[in-house]
Amino acid sequence: MISALTEFIDELRAVGIPVSMVEAIDAAEAIEFTELGTRENLRATLGATLIKNSRHFDAFDRAFDVYFGLEPIGEMEEGSQSDTPSQGDVWAGGGPGGGDALLDSLMDALLAGDGDQLARLVSNAVDRYAGMQSGRPVGGRYYAYRVLRRIDADQLLERLIATLGSSTRVDSIEERIQRERAEALVQQVRDQLEQEITGRMIADRGRRQVAANRRLPLVEDIDLMHATRLEIAELERAIRPLARKLATRLGQRRRRGSKGRLDVRRTIRRSLGHGGVMLEPQFKPPRKSKPEIVILCDVSGSMATFARFTMQLTYAISAELAKVRVFAFIDGLDEVTGYFSTNTDFSDGLVAMSREADIVRRDGHSDYGRSFTEMWERYSDAVTSRSTVIITGDARNNYRDPGLEAFERIVDRSRATMWLNPESQRFWDTGDSVMSGYSIACDSVDQARTLRQLEAFVERATLPTARRPRVGV
Amino acid sequence: MPTNWNSPADVRAALGDAGYLADDRIAQVVFLATRLDKPILAEGPAGVGKTALALALAEATGRRLVRLQCYEGLDEAKALYEWDYHKQLLRLQSDEGAQWDDLEGDIFSEPFLLERPLLTAIRSEESVVLLIDEADRVEVETEALLLEVLDAYQVTIPELGTVEATTRPIVVLTSNNTRELSEALKRRCLYLYVPYPTIERERAILEMRVPDLPEQFVDRIARTVASIRKIPIRKAPSVSESIDWALTLLALGIEELDDAATASTLNVLLKYQTDIERTAKELSLELDAETQPE
Repeated sequence: MISALTEFIDELRAVGIPVSMVEAIDAAEAIEFTELGTRENLRATLGATLIKNSRHFDAFDRAFDVYFGLEPIGEMEEGSQSDTPSQGDVWAGGGPGGGDALLDSLMDALLAGDGDQLARLVSNAVDRYAGMQSGRPVGGRYYAYRVLRRIDADQLLERLIATLGSSTRVDSIEERIQRERAEALVQQVRDQLEQEITGRMIADRGRRQVAANRRLPLVEDIDLMHATRLEIAELERAIRPLARKLATRLGQRRRRGSKGRLDVRRTIRRSLGHGGVMLEPQFKPPRKSKPEIVILCDVSGSMATFARFTMQLTYAISAELAKVRVFAFIDGLDEVTGYFSTNTDFSDGLVAMSREADIVRRDGHSDYGRSFTEMWERYSDAVTSRSTVIITGDARNNYRDPGLEAFERIVDRSRATMWLNPESQRFWDTGDSVMSGYSIACDSVDQARTLRQLEAFVERATLPTARRPRVGV
Repeated sequence: MPTNWNSPADVRAALGDAGYLADDRIAQVVFLATRLDKPILAEGPAGVGKTALALALAEATGRRLVRLQCYEGLDEAKALYEWDYHKQLLRLQSDEGAQWDDLEGDIFSEPFLLERPLLTAIRSEESVVLLIDEADRVEVETEALLLEVLDAYQVTIPELGTVEATTRPIVVLTSNNTRELSEALKRRCLYLYVPYPTIERERAILEMRVPDLPEQFVDRIARTVASIRKIPIRKAPSVSESIDWALTLLALGIEELDDAATASTLNVLLKYQTDIERTAKELSLELDAETQPE
């Protein structure tokens, strides 16, 4: 058990989950008090001791299924693939019409909730259709795809919906509910399939290898510029607490000595109760700082995915702070604050913004110079000595005039200017990137390729108490 | 640990008697906490019963519940202990001729100490359940206060020395995940993530909390709420809101829970107008005049 545990912990660390020595010891100790009869008990024990962040559970479950998963029913074929169906088919028929019979049997098992039968059926389907061979250098997803193509998951879904939806009263919620029930059942088939295939691959290649092949990046390590649709959904869930944190950090005065001035009147009044001894000094409540945030966001094509996150961040910040103004630009700049106010839905706002905002003037390629100039000419009143300017963009200016003069005017008037660049620092100043031209003037420039880096930025983001003198260029 | 629980199943039964439906994972983690003497850090969206777990634990074990509600600005004087200035001053004034050395020892002693929740929990004769609610609300610096208590179950008061726990409390911290708690704190705890319940568990909760609810409503409510939680909105309906919804439907005497009935009561489930509109759109519901914005 101990060796399995240490290997498992090694795998977690390899994914990027921080597991400390203390936690590893806790886990070993906790196993003593765990009934090992069911896997789920062990999963709960290891989850509670090794994982301390809800975002890490997906990766944990993936690794757990490899290291402590169920044994597969069948095994991988040795040598060449045989075309004869394996013995003991559990669905009727076989031969060319086998697919339909399989579908029927799957439906029956799913609707009856018979997990054992489902496992046998899936194992059989893998025998027949996956063509798994020992030593073949392909991933489990390829085998799963081959089987699913034959099972025809779409047809299974449609037939499940038709069967479940037999009730007389059908309204739109009922329809949606039945669809979701059917989808959950199809998902059971997919999960079972993955379990079976993974199990067989483990028998062939060993746990360590399979775990490494199945590894997915943690949410905080996903590249924000190239996230897939699924990853985006996950990222968006993680970004909301982050925005709230950024808002409080920006709103925070420096804590030390933040109690406010001595309130002499109230101190004397209070002292009367103690015979005039001023025991409890009373303080005026500290003045609430009212930070003003100005966000300039490059929303051009190359930045589309990242811009979505910055907009989301912005949306969440404006729910926390009163004075937030948002500007989007490509080769023109427009204020988009109105699209992300508290009483609009975020996705609606995003759609409305891309339709209505006046941000494309010429060809739709970023023009930072023109955008900063417009910012200065049309909205210079938005930037005051109390405002923090946050700029998000890759500073790829398509070899146009960077507009440094307007940029520096904006920076000089602001209290602080921070730049977030989603590109890897290695590529700054290569090609048409003019990052260093801008970075000299900024108070901070951060690479923000992943949520982890964004978090680090938020962690550091406190306002300077006074404006620092800047050296003009 | 004077709990007579020998297995997670015992925990589950005891919590069930206290009106809390624990799933296997929750029962297992609570059982481990009592065996390893470790605090439980319960994290998850608002309204899934994290605080209720602590309350149920107190009831199930017959212990007193000591609650520390966290908020921004919570400090030592409000969490651990404070010296009673007023009383100390009266003592000094009443005895003006006395020697300072005698007085000093006197005024920094037990009778002048004001206990705050953490110290109360540590000093209690009988062991208690200590609930540190919404731990994510305090600043990172204040979090450090908790470490000594959670680690060694002791509190150090410079004038008095170290107060050690005579009995081990069961500690539950809750967090709504508005910020990451520090690594140091997390390392000391067993982590229990409490997500929205599964459809089966939500059904069981509804059956227990709203016993008059007709059977066909239970399933429909659980599934509708689960479906709404998948829509990206600002505030997804919590368990307490689905219970409220069930109660509302009963109070209104609604006989058939169809699209129209759902649309007209959606405002019980959702707290923002934008969320109501978005959800209505996703579920293809017609909002009637009442739930439309003015």
